[in-house]
Amino acid sequence: MQELTLPTSEAMLDGMTHLVSERALEGETLLLNMGPQHPSTHGVLRLLLELDGEKVITVIPDIGFLHTGIEKNMEAKTYLKAEVMTDRLDYLNTMGNNLAYVMAIEKLTELDVPPRAQGIRVIFTELQRIASHLVWLGTSALDLAAMSLFLYCFREREIILDLMEMCSGQRMMTTYFRPGGLWRDVPAGFEEALREFIGLLPARIDQYEALLTRNPLFLERVVGLGVISKENALSMAVTGPMLRASGVDYDLRKAQPYSGYEQYDFEVPVHTDGDTYARYLVRMEEMRQSIRIVEQALTKLPYGPVKSNNRKYVTPPRSELGVSMEAVIHHFKLWTEGFSPPVGTVYTAVESPRGELGVYLVSDGGPKPYRVHWRTPSFNNLQILPMLSEGHLVADLIAIIGTTDIVLGDVDR
Amino acid sequence: MSDSDATSAPAYSPNAPPAADNSPSTKPNLTPNLAETVQRLIERFNARVELFRGDYTVDVGIDQIVAVCQYLRDVEGFEMLIDETAVDFWPEEMPRFHVVYQLRSIARNQILCLRVPLDGNEPVIPTVTTVYPNANWYERELWDMFGIHFAAHPDLRRILMPHDWAGHPLRKDYPLGYEEPQFTFNIDKIQAKKLNPKD
Repeated sequence: MQELTLPTSEAMLDGMTHLVSERALEGETLLLNMGPQHPSTHGVLRLLLELDGEKVITVIPDIGFLHTGIEKNMEAKTYLKAEVMTDRLDYLNTMGNNLAYVMAIEKLTELDVPPRAQGIRVIFTELQRIASHLVWLGTSALDLAAMSLFLYCFREREIILDLMEMCSGQRMMTTYFRPGGLWRDVPAGFEEALREFIGLLPARIDQYEALLTRNPLFLERVVGLGVISKENALSMAVTGPMLRASGVDYDLRKAQPYSGYEQYDFEVPVHTDGDTYARYLVRMEEMRQSIRIVEQALTKLPYGPVKSNNRKYVTPPRSELGVSMEAVIHHFKLWTEGFSPPVGTVYTAVESPRGELGVYLVSDGGPKPYRVHWRTPSFNNLQILPMLSEGHLVADLIAIIGTTDIVLGDVDR
Repeated sequence: MSDSDATSAPAYSPNAPPAADNSPSTKPNLTPNLAETVQRLIERFNARVELFRGDYTVDVGIDQIVAVCQYLRDVEGFEMLIDETAVDFWPEEMPRFHVVYQLRSIARNQILCLRVPLDGNEPVIPTVTTVYPNANWYERELWDMFGIHFAAHPDLRRILMPHDWAGHPLRKDYPLGYEEPQFTFNIDKIQAKKLNPKD
């Protein structure tokens, strides 16, 4: 039988000795590997922990296990085909990723988007935000041993996925927003289904809050944990609910409205404590505000086309193909060669459930993007994990990872 | 409205009613304030400026970038480095790379893009981690993906690719796909027959 040998600290550190304390090298503190296959790291995140007893001294995040080369792959596809890859980045915010990407193309090509398409985009990105926060709530409560909440949250999320399937044909990998509008209009029966859902959701959120918000067992696990100050959050470029929980009231939907967000009346929840509990409260309130936005967008939704009429970028409807030679030519050119935007560089950003999701798009005038860079919020929000967790217990580290709401597809791209 | 009112950017408040003229999707970042900032950058740092779709891109020299970032953070109030990335222009070599910084100011509600052209296949550029600490991971990613070396960076290791990976995948001379997956048992065979991209 082979003799079992424990890994030495040199083997585990492998070029990272400058990141741990002297005591780790002498073997006084314990180096512990957490992940990448650990249920509470929410995906394939590996953490190398330096522990003094149960106290965390250093956390070294090791990412890249889900790196799929999306930026490189997008350079080899036409603008439209590359959109399919955007769904795979942050798989809890597929519509939001679509939106950031099509907005970059629309800014580059100065393409118009009809108001009805803008309204439907808002409805779906807000539904997506609710779905993403539900997954966050369910899984991070599960990490703190609140099993039942996980089941409730996924029950409601399922309805949102059904709504997305109804319109795009897919539950998650939607590719529903297209440059210049949408793939197609919402089907009959969508409005009733959506109204039924937003009717029942507020009461369900009350139920979740009844289970957690004043629950002493939950408060014991989250209050005062993982505090990040306003100054640190800004200097580390933390965005989204994590920034707003640290007392900075910045939300791109309000600050630089896009897709018609300026028409809707909603509030941006801000807390000043900067701890795990504040982040919990901010996200819970965001779900309620998202319901308000969906309600208003649905009520105000105008009738009209859902695609731009600019035939240089948007394919003509099927009905025109039988009667117009020009439509056939456009259809053929757009589906084979694709469209070629003018030479230029744009950066667009949207507020994803996790923070600022930005697209840096470089066009060389050809039918394929020359370079697409994704500024993903999880990448930055994960970077502060060592700051958040130093000095806490390992059990608290679990709560802190949960509250950063990272999606590894978003971190690794 | 007097001129002095027009030049001061409106203070951002999240729950205030939005301004009336938000209609176009390419709403320019062009409050007079940002134009003045850009003008000051031109005068102080000899920068070049491009305006495209309402966004300013400021080209600065490689020896100026840390000073420009320091100035923008401390004097102009751009407190966040929102993004740092690069573009490869292979086979062009002068410049071969652009390193691109997106700076955001929350108080002014503006974004400004800085761009540093880099010559040659083995470029070295000073790190901005001293000014913006979150540049740490961005610069590790740029080292990993483009092979751009950041001088005096505190922790310049690969971040997304495995630590023993050869080459820098986002370079334009790096092949896309069609490669045999590397494992411990075949890594020597693969490395031996691999085309060595310019790294």
